[in-house]
Amino acid sequence: MDSRLANSWRLTVNEKNFIKTALQSEIRIDGRKPYEYRKISIKFGRDDGSSEVQLGQTRVMGIVTTQLVQPYRDRPNEGTLSIFTEFSPMADPSFEPGRPGESAVELGRIVDRGLRESRAIDTESLCVLAGKLVWAIRIDLHILDNGGNLVDASNIAALSALLTFRRPECSLGGEDGQQVIVHPPEVKEPLPLTVHHLPIAITFGFFNDESISVIDPTHNEEAVMSGRMTATVNANGDICAIQKAGGEGVTQRVIMQCLQLAIAKATGITKQIKEAVEVYNTERSLRKIKRHPTSVGTIVQGGQTQTSGKEGVSESPGNHIERLKQLSGETCTSQSSEERKTTSTDGNAKNLIRGPTTWDPYSKGVGPELLKTSLASQGTSMPNEKQDLRNEKKPGEAEVEGHHPEDANPGSSAINESLTGLQTKKERTLEDAVKPKSKRKKKASSKTGAS
Amino acid sequence: MEYVSHDGLRIDGRRPTEMRQLRAQIGNVSKADGSAVFEMGNTKVIAAVYGPREVQNKSQQISDHALVRCEYSMANFSTGDRMRKPKGDRRSTEISLVIRQTMEACILTHLMPRSQIDIFVQVLQADGGELEFISRTRSACINAATLALADAGIPMRDIVTSCSAGYLNSTPLLDLNYTEDSAGGPDVTVGILPKLDQVTLLQMDAKLPVDIFENVMQLAIEGCKAIENYIREVLLENTKQLEYRRGL
Repeated sequence: MDSRLANSWRLTVNEKNFIKTALQSEIRIDGRKPYEYRKISIKFGRDDGSSEVQLGQTRVMGIVTTQLVQPYRDRPNEGTLSIFTEFSPMADPSFEPGRPGESAVELGRIVDRGLRESRAIDTESLCVLAGKLVWAIRIDLHILDNGGNLVDASNIAALSALLTFRRPECSLGGEDGQQVIVHPPEVKEPLPLTVHHLPIAITFGFFNDESISVIDPTHNEEAVMSGRMTATVNANGDICAIQKAGGEGVTQRVIMQCLQLAIAKATGITKQIKEAVEVYNTERSLRKIKRHPTSVGTIVQGGQTQTSGKEGVSESPGNHIERLKQLSGETCTSQSSEERKTTSTDGNAKNLIRGPTTWDPYSKGVGPELLKTSLASQGTSMPNEKQDLRNEKKPGEAEVEGHHPEDANPGSSAINESLTGLQTKKERTLEDAVKPKSKRKKKASSKTGAS
Repeated sequence: MEYVSHDGLRIDGRRPTEMRQLRAQIGNVSKADGSAVFEMGNTKVIAAVYGPREVQNKSQQISDHALVRCEYSMANFSTGDRMRKPKGDRRSTEISLVIRQTMEACILTHLMPRSQIDIFVQVLQADGGELEFISRTRSACINAATLALADAGIPMRDIVTSCSAGYLNSTPLLDLNYTEDSAGGPDVTVGILPKLDQVTLLQMDAKLPVDIFENVMQLAIEGCKAIENYIREVLLENTKQLEYRRGL
């Protein structure tokens, strides 16, 4: 299209003739049949609303962002949708940086018409305050590699990005109910957009001789073809938009044939997009589950349920700090000697590494001043212990893991074993660890009684 | 809102298959090689053609056929609210591209290598006020450009005529006006080469099932053929005038 630029690449006459001759025998140079699509692969980024589509050699990236703006005056309770295209010069030597050229504008408008006029996105649900604030959805399409048929790839990228996009939830507040509070994603789960149907763009290329038409032209075929038509259809058999901007004239019959073909192809592509989005959504919800450390923390404090030791350790430093505080509080109230303090923390810290236990740290009713002072005193000694414990971890752990599935009180048995392990180093570990807590003593005694 | 009454009359009193009034004049811009003014109802467009002439930018010269350039702009006073940016915005760029490619298909460019043909189209009056709904100017622009090219004597395969049709209240309607267009229903713009019976321009927006689309497109093509008759009459009349002035 922009063949006037100095950097444009032109096919040789021989290559053009070769392509045309091959088409007369219904063979395309990349081995496809005339009405065969290239392989589509859809990938998503980590953030919501970003997708990368690869159609053969063509690669397009779509990103969706949103912002609160004032609505148009004639549509006060509808959100807006705008599409921006960027034809990156790395995609093709004829693309120039800066203002979009004619083909960039045309591509943007084809995708825009397909989405906006056919009402694929529900814009009324984007209204926050009628006449004052609405969500403006902005789709950015970046062309990364031009292997032909940019329109179709961009359309798929825009659709996949829109399907995986989540907009923040907002509510009205303030004195007069006019203030809008936007909730960040950590506070309230962001919402997906309402998409009524998926308009898929299918491009046809027409050639000079005997009305040959192909679907999904490659870059080389685009240089040879004399006319193109993009039909945006959805899987329900509706035509959402057609763009045939001049070029070779074709008969009405050919146009209707192409439309029927487009509808047939659209169902396949719609299925593919939906499948890819499904995979992404399940992955996303799985990610969300692992993201919350506080839930594991509560499990630890309750001390009722078991989790595997390793997971408890790897989970969260926040959890770790909480338990340190509890430990230090306990050691203070114990009023043991320095050595004993260290040994008890030793044992408890080791306990920490292994995982949640069944003892109840709040049974002693630790006061905040004690916590503060203990933290200050323990600050230096703790790291040293950690070093030792890391070394000790392995042998002790093997023992512990054997016991984990068995008992309701693996914690105390763990302590026992670990402490026995440590006994070579510090003699009075077992008694000192057990002594200050009355409950613990009972448990230990019950344990010894049972065993 | 009812766009087609029980008697089958539209808002402006037309029948569903009736076009708006057409008016065309040739030779308005004396400096240009060819020019024309085309009116379709309330939409008025002027087109001027310069060429074939020497290519201004040597780097864009094509050795085996002519370079066709097209520029579409809207006059500031063409709409109800004064337009801030008459050209260079995305809509104008797209329509320029559309007109250029449509005319390129019908001009016999291989007869004029290394030369340039410029088509300038300006909308003087656009039916209605809102920017988004001014797609009807596309048809008028193409018809005006065809007339101007014919006036300039540029060899063409066939004349290109264009017309639009829509679908409201379950009826296909020919040649929508502003009120009908702003209803948000589908709008099909077709440009054909009448003698060759080929469709060169086809643009559609808003949703439409396939079978209804076929009917609407057929109606638009009929409209194009009617415009073709009118254009041929105008050209014939113009030629008679030229003969008369030359004393033939």
